[in-house]
Amino acid sequence: MNKPIIQLVDICKEYYGNQVLKKVNVSVRPGEVHALVGENGAGKSTLMNILFGMAVIHNTGGFSGQVFFDGEKVDITSPKEAMDKGIGMVHQEFMLLPGFTITENIKLNREITKHNVISKILGEKMKSLDMESMRKDARKALDTLGLDIYEMLSVEGLPVGHKQFIEIAREIDKTNVRLLVFDEPTAVLTEIEAELFLKAVKKLASTGIAILFITHRLNEVMRVADNITILRDGEVVGKLAREEASVEKMARLMVGRKIDRIQKTEKKSNGSIDENILEIKNLKVNMPGERVKDVSLEVKKGEILGIGGLAGHGKIGIANGVMGLYPSSGEVVFNGDKIKLNNPKDALSKGMAFVSEDRRGVGLLLEESIEKNIALTAMQVQGKFLKRIAGINFALTWKIRAHARKIIKELDIRCTGPEQITRRLSGGNQQKICIARAISLEPELLFVSEPTRGIDVGAKKIVIDLLLKLNQEMGMTIIITSSELAELRSICDRIAIIYDGKLEGVLPPDADDTDFGLMMAGGHGKAKEVS
Amino acid sequence: MGQKFRQFIDNFGYTRIVIILFLFVLLVSAFALELQIKSLLSGILIRTGMNLLLTLAMVPSIQSGTGLNFGLPVGILCGVVGAVLSIAMNLTGGQAFFAANVIGVLLAVVAGYVYGLLLNRVKNQEMLIGTYAGFSVVSGMCMFWILAPFRSPKMIWPYGGRGLRVTVSLEDTFGGILNKFLFRPYKWIDIPWGLLGYVLIFCLFIWLFSRSKTGIAMQTVGSNPRFAEAAGISIDGMRIVGTILSTVLGAMGILVYAQSYGFLQLYTAPLYMAFPAVAAILIGGATVHKASITHVIIGTFLFQALLVVALPVTNAVLPEGNLSEVVRIIISNGIILYALTRIGGGD
Repeated sequence: MNKPIIQLVDICKEYYGNQVLKKVNVSVRPGEVHALVGENGAGKSTLMNILFGMAVIHNTGGFSGQVFFDGEKVDITSPKEAMDKGIGMVHQEFMLLPGFTITENIKLNREITKHNVISKILGEKMKSLDMESMRKDARKALDTLGLDIYEMLSVEGLPVGHKQFIEIAREIDKTNVRLLVFDEPTAVLTEIEAELFLKAVKKLASTGIAILFITHRLNEVMRVADNITILRDGEVVGKLAREEASVEKMARLMVGRKIDRIQKTEKKSNGSIDENILEIKNLKVNMPGERVKDVSLEVKKGEILGIGGLAGHGKIGIANGVMGLYPSSGEVVFNGDKIKLNNPKDALSKGMAFVSEDRRGVGLLLEESIEKNIALTAMQVQGKFLKRIAGINFALTWKIRAHARKIIKELDIRCTGPEQITRRLSGGNQQKICIARAISLEPELLFVSEPTRGIDVGAKKIVIDLLLKLNQEMGMTIIITSSELAELRSICDRIAIIYDGKLEGVLPPDADDTDFGLMMAGGHGKAKEVS
Repeated sequence: MGQKFRQFIDNFGYTRIVIILFLFVLLVSAFALELQIKSLLSGILIRTGMNLLLTLAMVPSIQSGTGLNFGLPVGILCGVVGAVLSIAMNLTGGQAFFAANVIGVLLAVVAGYVYGLLLNRVKNQEMLIGTYAGFSVVSGMCMFWILAPFRSPKMIWPYGGRGLRVTVSLEDTFGGILNKFLFRPYKWIDIPWGLLGYVLIFCLFIWLFSRSKTGIAMQTVGSNPRFAEAAGISIDGMRIVGTILSTVLGAMGILVYAQSYGFLQLYTAPLYMAFPAVAAILIGGATVHKASITHVIIGTFLFQALLVVALPVTNAVLPEGNLSEVVRIIISNGIILYALTRIGGGD
């Protein structure tokens, strides 16, 4: 047994009173592949930010706990320091210069130089590049990874997988590298590329480099990891050696049981419960970062349907696609009517409404009054609050104000009055305004994306209760897209899980944790499906 | 006290306070130099009236999200062509002014639509592209003025030859038609009620429009295009509406300007006409994203007042030949420059 190269001991961190890491312990030995597994928001990134001494940690009050590197207690205050110590990071987004060759990218800022006539007079800065030795180094790094590609090619236009490898090659070319951190490295790779990549990781580990591997693809974890640490809500909930781990076990730990199901009163039945209000067929949505590849889904009248899944797998894209905000193709039938895709107006006027996940970007006019924010869509789409005078539709200020006052009271929006601009309101109150605008349309079907993101705990409950009330008292069909599975499980009737842009399965809210975990990690077919 | 004072300055706008102080200093020196205060004040009113519509043209373009309309010469040229055609038809007085407006507006609707299509292709660079679109159109029209087959002796060179004059006198047609209408001299000031009433009516129209469904949709596009899209509003459509309105106001604005000035300026004159309008609305407190009628009125008044007062004051202080002309150019461009530094938000 060799000594751990890195040890994180009792790490705690809070952001503005919100505990995101609670006494986390992780240690990695040289030559070990250590997997760090957890849902979005489990605290993985925060942990890595601490390891790299990112400014964001220090700007928010630092952390408590200790970091040992190679047996010594260290205090890493900047990414540069981390790199000097021999900690390398392979980023999720590529940081490569497209116009440069592979070699140049690998040796960027660490170029090998040699003297020439001018540099002998004018000094170090004028030295020329020793391309030959740089090539050799680059070749060596690429060979270590088993990547058979000419090292003088330009990076521009290379397939994503190759770019990922070049990024890694850059890290291992640093002679002092002793710990490599991979942040969801396979997220953008195809299966074959991922396969190659995993092989390269093993090869690297065998040279004595410690590897910390952050992912939520559980199958990959089983393939390469020697040890596994599972995080949930900032706590270590499991430490497993590969021998004792299984995909099911990890999935269960990752999702965990943390559900307090809200007791529902029996619903007023609105017609036949089996009637479909919305049918989505082969929907493809080209939303950057949340691509929907092929989703078919049926939504029943009067239900609350949850759409869950990990970030980047396309769950957010579905609502945005149906509402016409991102280019999409496929077929969407609402109440027997085919909806014109890529046309928000059509979707809105047929009786659907949408509360966007991007509250400040899409959801609000930040410099405008609350009343205008609430009334605008209903005015533009349905012609509410308007009076036609001499052929021109004029807005009726008093009608808008009365409506706003009523809704402010009903939803308990905390503000100084309907004329206050929305920028200065709290996240919870802003969210209420977004919902207020949507319900001003009196829609039959309401899409709500990430309704509780970025708002405090108290406001979360109010928003969830509000959605429940809309559903139960007004019979509104609601589709909630959320990264917080617990939230979905507390109020939804059914939960659809999206994986890799496709529907992985539909589960009842009280299904087993293992099934949820498996579906979110793409363990297709293993979980029981219900519908 | 200090807190309240600061708040007052923040609310009122730093830019406006600086300009008002400067104006105040000029007025005091005008008084001290024993200049004719009455003619100065009357001049301010007339110049405010004659420029107001050109400044007002900035409002729809800002509200629809295309920023300040540096392509205003597009609209101005439509108005000029309208005027030239009305003269060619041998119309005079009110008929000539009316015909010039009708023709100018019709042309401006078409030109504004085309210009709007162009702006929709260059989102986020409207102001730069607009400046050069304006320059290009002005240059293109220079050829038109030379080649156009007009034969009216009021417009061609007195010695014959091809092409129209650089400045066409409006004395026999509609020069001063608004300025003289309901013009009332008082003891301390002469007020051109007709001119001011005419331009304020259009301010009222634009204000009413901003309260209409289309007007609100247009403002939504300007303040948050993604929000507008999610509310089912056509972004490109509303930007075109804004550009057309702005171009039409440019066309009508130049006719008000020309009747007051007494001359129609052809060739390169419209080249820089967008800048005073841009400066005026910025001084008034508008930003690239937000503009109101109040900004237009305050801004035009302050900007023109500065120009009107600065010229005689510098003349009196620096009587030597053309030095005062140099100072005048420095001051007017200085105000424009100062206003442009406030482009991101004066208040």
